[in-house]
Amino acid sequence: MDSLPFFPDRASTIAGSIDNLYFAWLILSGVVALAVAVAIVWFAVRYRRGSAADRSLGDVAEHEKTMHHIEIVWTVVPLVLFLAMFFWSAKVYYRSVTVPKDALPIYVVAKQWMWHAEHPGGEREIDELHVPANRPVELLMTSQDVIHSLSIPGFRIKQDVLPGRYTTLSFTANRPGEYHLFCTQFCGASHSLMVGRVVVMEPAAFEGWLSAHANMPTMAARGAQRYRQLGCGGCHDAQATVRAPKLDGLFGRPVQLRDGRSVLADERFIRDAVLQPTQDVPAGYDANMPSFRGQISEEELLEIIEYVKSLSNAT
Amino acid sequence: MNSTAIATHESYLSSGWNWWSWLSTLDHKRIGIMYTVSITLLFGIGGAAAAMIRLDLLTPHSQLVSIETYNKLFTVHGVIMVWFFLIPSIPATLGNFLLPMMIGARDLAFPRLNLLSWYLFVGGAVFTIYALLNGGADTGWTFYAPYSTTYTSSQVFAVATGVFIAGFSSILTGLNFVVTVHAMRAPGMTWFRLPLFIWSMYATSLILVLATPVLAMTLMLMVFERTFGIGVFDPALGGDPLLFQHLFWFYSHPAVYIMVVPAMGVASEIISCFTRNSVFGYRFMAFAILAIAAFGFLVWGHHMFVSGQSAYAGTVFSLLTFLVSVPSAIKVFNWTATLYKGQVSFEAPMLYALGFIGLFTIGGLTGLFLASLGLDVQLHDTYFVVAHFHYIMVGGAVMAFFGGIHFWWPKITGRMYPEGWARFSAILTFIGFNLTFFPQFIVGYLGMPRRYPEYAPEFQVWNVFSSAGASLLVFGYVLPLIYLLWSLRYGERALNNPWNAKGLEWETASPPPSENFHATPVVTEEAYAYARAESPHG
Repeated sequence: MDSLPFFPDRASTIAGSIDNLYFAWLILSGVVALAVAVAIVWFAVRYRRGSAADRSLGDVAEHEKTMHHIEIVWTVVPLVLFLAMFFWSAKVYYRSVTVPKDALPIYVVAKQWMWHAEHPGGEREIDELHVPANRPVELLMTSQDVIHSLSIPGFRIKQDVLPGRYTTLSFTANRPGEYHLFCTQFCGASHSLMVGRVVVMEPAAFEGWLSAHANMPTMAARGAQRYRQLGCGGCHDAQATVRAPKLDGLFGRPVQLRDGRSVLADERFIRDAVLQPTQDVPAGYDANMPSFRGQISEEELLEIIEYVKSLSNAT
Repeated sequence: MNSTAIATHESYLSSGWNWWSWLSTLDHKRIGIMYTVSITLLFGIGGAAAAMIRLDLLTPHSQLVSIETYNKLFTVHGVIMVWFFLIPSIPATLGNFLLPMMIGARDLAFPRLNLLSWYLFVGGAVFTIYALLNGGADTGWTFYAPYSTTYTSSQVFAVATGVFIAGFSSILTGLNFVVTVHAMRAPGMTWFRLPLFIWSMYATSLILVLATPVLAMTLMLMVFERTFGIGVFDPALGGDPLLFQHLFWFYSHPAVYIMVVPAMGVASEIISCFTRNSVFGYRFMAFAILAIAAFGFLVWGHHMFVSGQSAYAGTVFSLLTFLVSVPSAIKVFNWTATLYKGQVSFEAPMLYALGFIGLFTIGGLTGLFLASLGLDVQLHDTYFVVAHFHYIMVGGAVMAFFGGIHFWWPKITGRMYPEGWARFSAILTFIGFNLTFFPQFIVGYLGMPRRYPEYAPEFQVWNVFSSAGASLLVFGYVLPLIYLLWSLRYGERALNNPWNAKGLEWETASPPPSENFHATPVVTEEAYAYARAESPHG
């Protein structure tokens, strides 16, 4: 308690833009609040009951006209200011939610009450997240139970993590160090203990950290193993006899569906195809795939997604 | 002013003093008093929970209570304060008491329905308190699914049922007010002669009638999922958790206006009276109240910017939120302008009303931070949000409620409150409030999440400030309870119109007779037709 902290660390490329918005609002609202306060105090003192101040309004028609003008001014000025702030903040927001193409993917599964992260190379961590500095990172997140929210105040970012679907959060950290990671959506008894740390490392140090875990199978390898265990290859492999879509080169491409729609084969699509296969059936195929709901954990599903992704990267 | 008729006349208070004469009363004034007593008790429970929370947050580790207990404390605090204090606060107490009198009516349109509203309210409160005594709920007042439906083992069912029942009290009160304003205005009381307090009650009633059923449906679906496993919100059952948030905020955002629009009405009455001026831009103020009520239904998605709602939906909700804030901003300017060239005096109600303007302004301005998409990402679910809505709902609504209670106390009870103590309490509340909640803006931007009994040590200093402020705030709220009760017996007898205020309620006796007016009043002038004195000593 020996210092008065006013602002959080500024450790991501978006943080400065968010802070600028914050400062702009501080100044704007400070000016307005001060103006209202000064006006109230000034009027209250000057026109206190019994004061000698002149209260005549002069020519009534003239007075009404002036008042009317004042009303227009104090309607239009806030409106214009608000619209300007709206556009500015929306612009910053769109920048913050746009994922750069070369972003490093990291997979996060939230559960009561821990953060489980897995890197494509297979490195797993709990309540910690190691990321390289100056490289865009995209977190692909889901929850195993209730809604959580991943917040890193030092990066000025936050996103709810939902059960049953994927949400993403992207950032580029730019200052090596350790930062808070909080769950900000109330998730049960130990919500306030669902905290961790984000470790931003210089790229070389990050590579070193990764290679310290180099003896583990990659996520894609684990995914491939699970894929075989579940018998997916019986239909989806190139030499399979049952008609099912091939997975090579699938990820990231548009898929024509039986009902005429076309959807992008992204993480959500793969997830739904495994858990609710009859929902989006590709054109030319029957809806004969069984659901794997209940047979596969969130982590395993992410590994299978990473495996399917790897089949596209290879070609 | 017929201010000579004081002392021992027949009043609504003197017509029977046994329990049954109160519990079976159809008199809107007595029902208003019964609501006041009920919500004061409930405010005590919600306030005690808040006090425990602030004490516990003095240290980064939860030392006073376990984290499970802490979760239940903020749930109790939220549920009680929102549904059993703030929502009914001004409408069910001052609204019930004053609405018929201010439009020159004998009672509300449906007196029996009005009594039923009170019984429903008490029934809901009893259910909720029962749930609290049996372990309580730990979901927060927001009941987010699937935590509330599938995961928690706490008393969600009983609490939701209590809120569900109390909701019908809201709906019936709203219906009663709407019909009364339409059908029972005295001769000459045209729509644009209505005091702004009536406009605010009317707009609030529309929200109560239109929004509360959505809450009832949402709670019902939640209970169905929890009890029968019918999948609505939980993805594991094929539901959508965001659907819950959409439905919940479709009610709960307008609910904020249920709390603050009445406060705007009260502030308008008080400021006009103690400046001897007509409220600046009366027609605009009336339309702004209606506009706020209507557009309040279109901005619920601003509670969901980081929820997984699409970025485009977020953009639309952000834009609409900025637009709805314009009429609120103008209202602040209009109240300020009402002081201009007035005869300003500083009795306690006026101090509360000025405090209301100040705190509402800060609450409104910080709402703009939160409406800003990029910035909300940092602020969402932190103490910044907690501070913001307390500025609106406590700084705004509760200040105005206390101002209104003081302003109409002589009319309601026939006694004056002690002015010095009241001014002291108003100032103490204002200072204590700012000391409690202003530090939370700072700790919120630092990133401290809400609902955290265990927090990072660097947040402690702001929490200590906040808890210190809360201890002042306790006195600010307890003092009025003491001196107002004292005044019931020892207060100076009130004149019929101690403030020389305009408005029909001041033309009848203090306290009013059971039938409000001995003869139906006829209205011949605009609201707030204070004689403008151009000379200093008007």
